[in-house]
Amino acid sequence: MIDADREKLDNIIKKYDGTEGFLIQLLLDLQSELHWISKETIRELSLRLKIPASQIFRVASFYKAMNLSPVGRHKVCVCMGTACQVRGAQRLLDTTESKLGIKSGQTTPDNSFTLNRVNCLGCCAIGPVIVVDDDYHGRVDSKKVEKLLGRLASDS
Amino acid sequence: MRDEIKHKRDPRRKEVAICTGTGCLGLGARKVVSAFEREIERRGLQKEISIKETGCPGFCEKGTLVVVYPQGIYYMGVQPDDVPEIVEETILKDGLVARLLYTDPATGQKAIREDDIPFYNHQMRFLIKNNIKINPKNINDYIALGGYAALIRALSQMTPLGVIEVIKKSGLRGRGGGGFPTGKKWESTARAPGQPKYVIVNCDEGDPGAFMDRALMEGNPHSVLEGLMIGAYAVGAHTGYIYVRMEYPLAVENAKFALHQARELGLLGENILGSGFDFDVSVHRGAGAFVSGESTALMNALEGKVGEPRPKYVHTSECGVWNRPSLLNNVETWANIPLIINRGAEWFSSIGTEKSKGTKIFSLVGKVNNTGLVEVPMGMSLADIIYKIGGGIPGGKKLKGVQTGGPSGGIIPARHLQTPVDFDELKSLGSMMGSGSIIVIDEDTCAVDLARYFVDFLCDESCGKCLPCREGLLRMREILDGIVSGKGQEGDLQILKEIADLMRKTSLCALGRTAVNPVLSTMAHFPDEYAAHIIEKRCPSLACKSLVSYYIEPKVCIGCNLCQKNCPEGAIEEEEGSNCVIDQSQCTRCGICFDVCPPKTRAIKKVSPRLSPSFSSSFSFSSSSLTRLGKAKRGDKA
Repeated sequence: MIDADREKLDNIIKKYDGTEGFLIQLLLDLQSELHWISKETIRELSLRLKIPASQIFRVASFYKAMNLSPVGRHKVCVCMGTACQVRGAQRLLDTTESKLGIKSGQTTPDNSFTLNRVNCLGCCAIGPVIVVDDDYHGRVDSKKVEKLLGRLASDS
Repeated sequence: MRDEIKHKRDPRRKEVAICTGTGCLGLGARKVVSAFEREIERRGLQKEISIKETGCPGFCEKGTLVVVYPQGIYYMGVQPDDVPEIVEETILKDGLVARLLYTDPATGQKAIREDDIPFYNHQMRFLIKNNIKINPKNINDYIALGGYAALIRALSQMTPLGVIEVIKKSGLRGRGGGGFPTGKKWESTARAPGQPKYVIVNCDEGDPGAFMDRALMEGNPHSVLEGLMIGAYAVGAHTGYIYVRMEYPLAVENAKFALHQARELGLLGENILGSGFDFDVSVHRGAGAFVSGESTALMNALEGKVGEPRPKYVHTSECGVWNRPSLLNNVETWANIPLIINRGAEWFSSIGTEKSKGTKIFSLVGKVNNTGLVEVPMGMSLADIIYKIGGGIPGGKKLKGVQTGGPSGGIIPARHLQTPVDFDELKSLGSMMGSGSIIVIDEDTCAVDLARYFVDFLCDESCGKCLPCREGLLRMREILDGIVSGKGQEGDLQILKEIADLMRKTSLCALGRTAVNPVLSTMAHFPDEYAAHIIEKRCPSLACKSLVSYYIEPKVCIGCNLCQKNCPEGAIEEEEGSNCVIDQSQCTRCGICFDVCPPKTRAIKKVSPRLSPSFSSSFSFSSSSLTRLGKAKRGDKA
């Protein structure tokens, strides 16, 4: 683990010092700071918090918010909620998958994009919805996806 | 203090309220806000006009929503380019920008104010009405509109038991899905022995298609907090949790901010408003698990554990989080509490049906013209919601049915549209109210595929703790996958029924017990569609990818070659001197050609059952010969 990451870890542990039931909140903070939770991080946490590594791994692997493998620079998320589904989310996911050349849950080999599907973002009225790096885009069609991805690819 | 805030505010002052709920943000509200800021600065009007970023008033379909006060002029679909005109015409000259007003699609009539718009004026709005008037990050906005009056009344004039009596008398039932009488729940936590006790807001709104909790938590967090505080006073709790799913980052942010402001004003902490009552709240983020919305699973998650449900032999009202008495209610339930305390139990129970009282927020989404959040009295018919408020089905399509209750609910076919919507009526149709999603489905959605979608969703979300849910769902998915891909067999429906029966009787929590509803309700209401898939290998809605084919109708094709250019598989070839032809053996049925074919031409046709790989449309045929072709093919196989 590099020093910068260890420092982040220290700060987060300090923040939750003494609070009950903190493990999930702590892992969420780690996820947003480090972008993924490595074996090393889990081992380190286990030593520091005196919680068995298996317990930490169980929590981290149960919840979708925690990534146990590295993610790409850009996160693309296609909403597959029912309202999006009846407005063509499956087609949108198919298009995005074929444009990026990966399946959902995967990261492109050059580490630029990670594609995920989510089971509802609660923007049902403007579906189908796609979230790119925390920005929500409503009423998306194949053309709009192409534009969004194109813009990001040229940025990175 | 309320008077002080009101006094400071000039009622004639011009104000631009811009919806910055997640829906409008997805349609570019952030850019609209910056455009207003730039324009107002450019004209040096900072003193005369203020900008208010508000929560979601419901009409997401027409975002970005902008309301100009004091007149209350309601603009829709506002883009950054429209902003200078609004400032010029409406704010400076008191005129209107007609093209941004709501236009009735039937009569062409324009509506200026909220009350003139049919989407709103058929509703009965108490819970979400104030969203457009409140900046969720400003507690004064809430107080100026009468906020925290109910808390003051409860703390100063009512006993805890008195509060519970009022809630019981109002007939309020839990809005999260179960419909359990709220007062009864409160009573049992109040009576449960042991301290400390906890009160919890469930904002883990996982039902796909439902987003009223998000809108309330983002748009009017203090109304939820006020309800929670009254509940804590009633049952004798001093600690509260707001559990928000991580997919709602803005709700987390606004909830935290609301707590901070309430603490600053002495509305949280020790000796609240001099009443001797101590109470504080913290926000917990969910980590992405649908099952965590189940009350016992949520309590496990609060304790930092894996969010799996516990058996409910002992009620959480007696033994909940940290094995202490815990009162958990849904966001919308909490938001109803201040209304009931302010206006009285009689007022509340005068709205709604015999057994379901008050109003309910529904999210009206899917294939309907006016999508968004609608708040109506319990008992309004589905037809009124879809046609009067929702404005009917777009594109002249036929309504097939309505999906309610998320993955735990079912599909109600169009012939039952007159059903009044309340807890018990929906249940009798094999669906349920759930948290209140109404997903409108037209003829393009396949009932079998929708059932498969829900089962697939739940396979993903089942926690795996109990066997019937874990294995039952997997087996159901296997069978339904087979049916939608043309591999269905005649005994499939019987097996599905048997699995469903077992899951219903033996699953640990409601997720597994109700997971069978989408399958059973579609089997009951749409038996023909199942038969078409299994026996004829045909999808009547032309939705199941494996059962459809595309071909180009030569007589109609104008030879623009758009389909050929866009086909990702190179499966479309131009035949010499004639039109394009789809090579059926190479086509993956992605449907891109169908989309790019100019709407005026529509030369690309979609058919089911599938055409044979050697099919070529270069010879001309009528649609009746195509049907014969399909039948002959089936005959050959037999």
